[in-house]
Amino acid sequence: MSIWRDGLWHNNPGIVQLLGLCPLLAITNTAVNAIGLAVATLFVLTCSNVLVSFARRALQPEIRIPAYVLIIAALVTAVEMLFHAFSPSLHARLGIFLPLIVTNCAIVARAEAFASRQPPHRALADGLAHGLGFGWVLIIVGLLREAIGSGTVFAGLNQLIPGATTTGWVIADSGLLIALLPPGAFFALALVLVARNVITGPAGE
Amino acid sequence: MNAERPNVRAGLGTLKLGLFAMLAAAIVAAAWQVTHERIAQNEREAQRRLFAPVLAGVAFDTIDLSAPTVIAPPHTLPGETPALVYTATLSEQPVARVFEVDARGYNGPIRMMIGIDGSNTVTGVRVIAHAETPGLGDAIEITRSEWIETFRGKSLQNVAVDGWRLKREGGEFDGFTGASITPHAVVDAVFVTLTYARRHPLNGDAT
Repeated sequence: MSIWRDGLWHNNPGIVQLLGLCPLLAITNTAVNAIGLAVATLFVLTCSNVLVSFARRALQPEIRIPAYVLIIAALVTAVEMLFHAFSPSLHARLGIFLPLIVTNCAIVARAEAFASRQPPHRALADGLAHGLGFGWVLIIVGLLREAIGSGTVFAGLNQLIPGATTTGWVIADSGLLIALLPPGAFFALALVLVARNVITGPAGE
Repeated sequence: MNAERPNVRAGLGTLKLGLFAMLAAAIVAAAWQVTHERIAQNEREAQRRLFAPVLAGVAFDTIDLSAPTVIAPPHTLPGETPALVYTATLSEQPVARVFEVDARGYNGPIRMMIGIDGSNTVTGVRVIAHAETPGLGDAIEITRSEWIETFRGKSLQNVAVDGWRLKREGGEFDGFTGASITPHAVVDAVFVTLTYARRHPLNGDAT
């Protein structure tokens, strides 16, 4: 159980380790974008954890990092192709941040710190927990920025779920532009961090 | 023994890394196998969406966006920049062309796509980039007004040479309030492109 508690809350990549901030801040101007990136990151993180765990006995220290890079790069390339094929509009909106998942240090951190020392079933759980932990932060920040910035919720949902009939909901006629701009990303993440600090006290204690 | 072990270790490491590279290649190959047909199909659809409004009513199956014919200046098309010509084909027979040219606008070039079919009739016009005055000259954009649609179906047969001007200049085309140079430039560019298309027919090499 502690694997899940760690990934989702106590050691959350987004709000405790503060890893992967580049995509977290850049892509979260809508909730749908955030979900897209969350799904892609979850997939890469889980698969890389499992593969690294299976290979852990073969990985001597000299080749460990290059091997992680190979595995993660291959998975990211595969994910990018899958998005391109099955959700072209989301692929266009996520743009460079899809291939840039390869540089998300949260993924290589889990490979090194956990998967390389644990059996596959625990690595799988850890990958899912941290992927979902990163994902919920992305989605909360995306929801906040979209609601404040453009006055909509889940706009473009039909791009995410093929055949969905709704294109999102409008909750206000216009929004506060700054929430969509880069400063808005910092403000929104800061709000989430404040909430975390109020609930469990500051990180690092 | 002690001198040998680092070499053996390094060799083993290289071998393992090679195996990981093969595993990585296998993952990418599998993903490609699953997706490449859909990706190609998505890209064809995206191209068709872009070109659909300027090729309205034209039956075509392919239009190669990656390799347009580039016509370098000086040419007899509008503008002083290289013009691009995309050819739409049906069963490998050319059926229409899309000319990407610059009209001479009030604030610099107006980049336009002009679709012209085999009978030298305009199948659609779109402005893809311009720097005309917001609120006045930007009525050439389809998102601002339907004006740009007036060209569809026009040709040198159904509009005489004298008609390719604005109404206030004695021609056949409506202008719009607040801008005179912008609509004039667009009308002129369509006329010049039609003239070029007549001199360089789709299925011939007459010059």
